[in-house]
Amino acid sequence: MTATDEKGASAPSAPRRTRQRSSGGLGRYILIRFLLIIPTVLILMTVVFFLMRITGDPITAALGGRLTPAELAARRAEAGYDRPLIVQYLDYLGGVVRGDFGTTYTDRTPVSEILTTYGAATFELVAYSVVVALVIGVPLGMLAARTRDRWPDAVLRIVAILGYATPVFFVGLLLKLVFSVGLGWLPVAGRISTSGEITMSRILNPTPFYLLDALRLGDMALLRDVLSHAVLPAVALGILTGGIFLRLVRTNMIGTLEMQYIESARSRGVAESRLTTRHALRPALIPIITVMGMQIAMMLGGAVLTETTFEWNGLGYMLAQYMKARDYVAVQGIVMMLAVIVAVSNFIVDVIAALIDPRVRY
Amino acid sequence: MTLSNPEPVGDGNAAGTDLAAEAPVVAETARSPWYLRLPVLSHLRRSVGLQRGMLITGVVLVAGLLLTALFAPLLAPYGFAATSDAAGPFGTQRPPSAAHPLGTTVTGFDVLSRVIWGTRTAVAVMVCAVAASLFVGVALGLLSGYIGGWLDRVLVMLADAIYAFPSLLLAIVMSIVISGGQSDAWGGILAAALSITVVFVPQYFRVIRAEVVRLKAEPFVEAAKVVGTGHRRIMGTHLLRNATRTLPLIFTLNASESILTLAALGFLGFGIEPTSASEWGYDLNRAMSDATSGIWWTGLFPGLAIVLAVLGVTLVGESVNDLNDPRLRTRRRRRSPRRARA
Repeated sequence: MTATDEKGASAPSAPRRTRQRSSGGLGRYILIRFLLIIPTVLILMTVVFFLMRITGDPITAALGGRLTPAELAARRAEAGYDRPLIVQYLDYLGGVVRGDFGTTYTDRTPVSEILTTYGAATFELVAYSVVVALVIGVPLGMLAARTRDRWPDAVLRIVAILGYATPVFFVGLLLKLVFSVGLGWLPVAGRISTSGEITMSRILNPTPFYLLDALRLGDMALLRDVLSHAVLPAVALGILTGGIFLRLVRTNMIGTLEMQYIESARSRGVAESRLTTRHALRPALIPIITVMGMQIAMMLGGAVLTETTFEWNGLGYMLAQYMKARDYVAVQGIVMMLAVIVAVSNFIVDVIAALIDPRVRY
Repeated sequence: MTLSNPEPVGDGNAAGTDLAAEAPVVAETARSPWYLRLPVLSHLRRSVGLQRGMLITGVVLVAGLLLTALFAPLLAPYGFAATSDAAGPFGTQRPPSAAHPLGTTVTGFDVLSRVIWGTRTAVAVMVCAVAASLFVGVALGLLSGYIGGWLDRVLVMLADAIYAFPSLLLAIVMSIVISGGQSDAWGGILAAALSITVVFVPQYFRVIRAEVVRLKAEPFVEAAKVVGTGHRRIMGTHLLRNATRTLPLIFTLNASESILTLAALGFLGFGIEPTSASEWGYDLNRAMSDATSGIWWTGLFPGLAIVLAVLGVTLVGESVNDLNDPRLRTRRRRRSPRRARA
């Protein structure tokens, strides 16, 4: 995967600068790394803000054909779009700092509300998918590494490449055709059925997480309903990521299996199965942890497609809808939310990597 | 566990491999006529077993893709936006038949023709996207790595921020900016290609920059500086030529990713209008509701086309990369006879 290559390729510049300093700077490293989140998010926010404005302001885009020029001008002035761009930008930044992301044009909802409701749906989906991906990727990757260049490895490598080559929405389509339409086992789309929604509406202070609510209610039928809706989307997105995990585990384990300490363990008579699970897997998992950060970004991108495929009401699905409606305020809010998620997960991953391997600190 | 292990795990350098064992192969390649030394052909000769099979499959698929794109007007029975012929309208959502081997869509397009014409769009976008990101990414990486200082810091931070962000979302934003959502054939292709470019530039940038930073400290660059070589020549000759070693892999990965991104844009409804060009992602988008009512032919074939196109490009890139990396290359001589057969 490219992600690993670039991580590896760009790494050498960092340690050189730090070699003179003592290696005890973990706290310093975490602090610097944490502060780096701010420019990352700021850059993305700025880029998106100005990019969206290049094509004109949201009101003209949304209502351009329907209003007279005078009405349009009045509306624009009312919303503050006649001011210089930089003033609007600073105004927006000020709002964000105060925790105010604005209100959408199309349905007049506060963006912060959109973020919590739909963010929870996306979180649920991504969490399920990570589980599916790990269950698929790690054991199969180990199997491939152990049977290197023999037929199980060959089959698995082809499957992994197929997994990469198949767009998640095509996987989704096939899954729907087979399991929903063909066999009728699972629902076609959505997060919950209508009857489930009615049950759900009876809950006092519901959380945005359906699974949590279903568990709290202890209603088995509701729980089954929620889970059955999640299976196909989670599998569709999980297969995609699982293929990447498989390849990572395989490549890294082949690397570690050739290390001398493995040979020495083997000569001591350690069983081959223990060798792979204990001695070789752990070091091979470190690059996977670091790539996980990148994977979360990729999964969020995949989530947009998965959510659209299965009409899963998450951030990605809503982003596409708002994007089509040219609702810039909503788009900016969602994009910023996603940027924060990506930046924070990268931060966490980097800290874990630093804890494991002192060489990456700076 | 890991702390006892001083070797970095999983970065692709060739340390610790038996170079002597490779020498005959390398020498053989160097002596052969020029056309056998071309990238993919020389790799084909070096490969064995499964790796050779994968490479050949990839080459065949890519060749098929390119030929289909080239001869689309001859191969496709109808135009990409045709809904009727001399015998009258095609009818909508017809199952596969003699007149329409892959059936017709909800709009009344012939699926087979759409799939064949779609290769053109895919290849055009792939070529434009990779060419543009190659130029911009390499140039920026070279400058950033060579000049260093503030320019370098700012560019690295920008590239990191963009790279960390879900690339598809960036492509969506870009496609709206460039084309206002939907557009005609070339406008749409260029919009898609440029949106994809923005996503890829950081990748090229990072790889080239890292290589340049490493190479800058090499003695031959020092030597060139000492004899008074100009900056432009150092960058062009000494750094660029040596830094491009890793490009082929990113190049092919980007090519396959550009097909996927194009399809994703089309699927989400930010692609090219169906009357301007055929695009697989758009067709899949329209096929989604068909699937619910059990109509499989409108989605299956464009989907398979995407898979085969991406598969072909990926297989070529993967195999070439594996063959370039001695750690991953399957050696010609194998200790166990069982493996030799694989």
